[in-house]
Amino acid sequence: MKQKQSSAMARKMLAVVIGASAGGVDALIALLADLPAQWRLPVVVVIHLPEGYESRLAEVFRHRLPIPVFEAMDKAPVQGGTLYFAPPGYHLSIERDLSFSLSCEPPVLYSRPAIDVLMSSAADAFGPSLVGVLLTGANDDGAEGMLRIHRAGGLTIVQDPDEAEIPTMPNAALGAHSPDHVLPLRDIRALLLQLDSAHAH
Amino acid sequence: MIPGAPPPPLHPPSDTDIELRLLMEAIYLKYSYDFRNYTGASQKRRVLYALAQLGLPSISALQDKVLRDPAMFTRLLQYLTIPVSEMFRDPGYFLELRRQVVPMLHTYPSLKVWVAGCSTGEEVFSLAILLREEGLLERTQIYATDINPSSLEKARQGIFPLEAIRLYTANYQRAGGLRAFSDYYTAAYDAARFDPSLCTDVIFADHSLATDAVFAETQLVSCRNVLIYFNRQLQDRALGLFHESLCHRGFLGLGAKESIDFSSYADRFDVLSRGERIFRKLT
Repeated sequence: MKQKQSSAMARKMLAVVIGASAGGVDALIALLADLPAQWRLPVVVVIHLPEGYESRLAEVFRHRLPIPVFEAMDKAPVQGGTLYFAPPGYHLSIERDLSFSLSCEPPVLYSRPAIDVLMSSAADAFGPSLVGVLLTGANDDGAEGMLRIHRAGGLTIVQDPDEAEIPTMPNAALGAHSPDHVLPLRDIRALLLQLDSAHAH
Repeated sequence: MIPGAPPPPLHPPSDTDIELRLLMEAIYLKYSYDFRNYTGASQKRRVLYALAQLGLPSISALQDKVLRDPAMFTRLLQYLTIPVSEMFRDPGYFLELRRQVVPMLHTYPSLKVWVAGCSTGEEVFSLAILLREEGLLERTQIYATDINPSSLEKARQGIFPLEAIRLYTANYQRAGGLRAFSDYYTAAYDAARFDPSLCTDVIFADHSLATDAVFAETQLVSCRNVLIYFNRQLQDRALGLFHESLCHRGFLGLGAKESIDFSSYADRFDVLSRGERIFRKLT
């Protein structure tokens, strides 16, 4: 594990993708609120929420972070130092030319947007330079996506199920592969800050 | 690197990506269906899903079958296109058409409307109902086009599952519907058959935004949740067709999350409704 972490530091990560479901908003606030203004990596998030609330995610987080926060737009390039949320009712992917694409394909594991869709496409686009983070949640979405990131050589971080508000999603990921890190939110945050400053230098 | 050009991929394509590209090339050469400029991530997902459903071990194996068996291509086509639609989807769009576009459509003695990528017809029937309620349907020719012949056949029938009607009714009401939605269909068993008179002046036709040309001058083009499946090059081609087809100051409606901002037509339309993605042709 140590070795993988130091090699992740050495090769520079280029993007972070995060998946969360039930309990995810609070977890995400704990993870990302007040990130430093000099934060460099793009951070792309899929959270399952009932429709209607979801579209306000960007607003909610804009007030808590010093970096730009947007709902991801179709065909827009993925920019560094920016936090993106998937729009409600659409799957969000990252293309190999590092632009976003949306799709109305049927829900995956009852979810649209689906974490698996974002993570699998990001694994194809960023390969070993991707960090995948899976947080609290009540279904199995994200387990396949995290496995795909792992197989592409990326770094996978799962929230400690003992800490997660609903441990189903972290546990499903742990059942599908052995992640590089299983950590409480505070330590995930510290690790992301470390990876980001390694990217900056 | 050319300024403004997308960055090259970070790493070489995987074997799967190579197979996928070869499959699309084979389909184009053999059947003239051009999926080569569809967005990669969603296309890859759909082909891998098709592989699992068809019980084939690899994309190369699928290519072999598709080349030799037209029936296999027809089956694959159902996976490559996305027949997910609903009536009055995004009710705000139809409400905005009523409020902002219909008054100007009234100034034309006759109208042509193009529903591009109409899939199984939900959008066509929604527009026909709206135009009838606004007293415009009798003077309107609607062109409903798609690349998938089985979707077009379903659209022609105008029969939709009864289980979806509750959602469609709610959408219709939020879209500013003037009557009872049940006035427009007859329920039988588990299906709702829509009033065939709505389609008297609808031409359902096979047309590809990737390979075909403009066929009529139109006052309104509605093309929703189609461009999201196209890469920028193909998106530009489609927008070029719409621009060419539209009359002076004609209207273009796109899907709720679609944009022309990242196309070369960004300055060829102005915005009538940013929220509901309705544009007007400039020059």
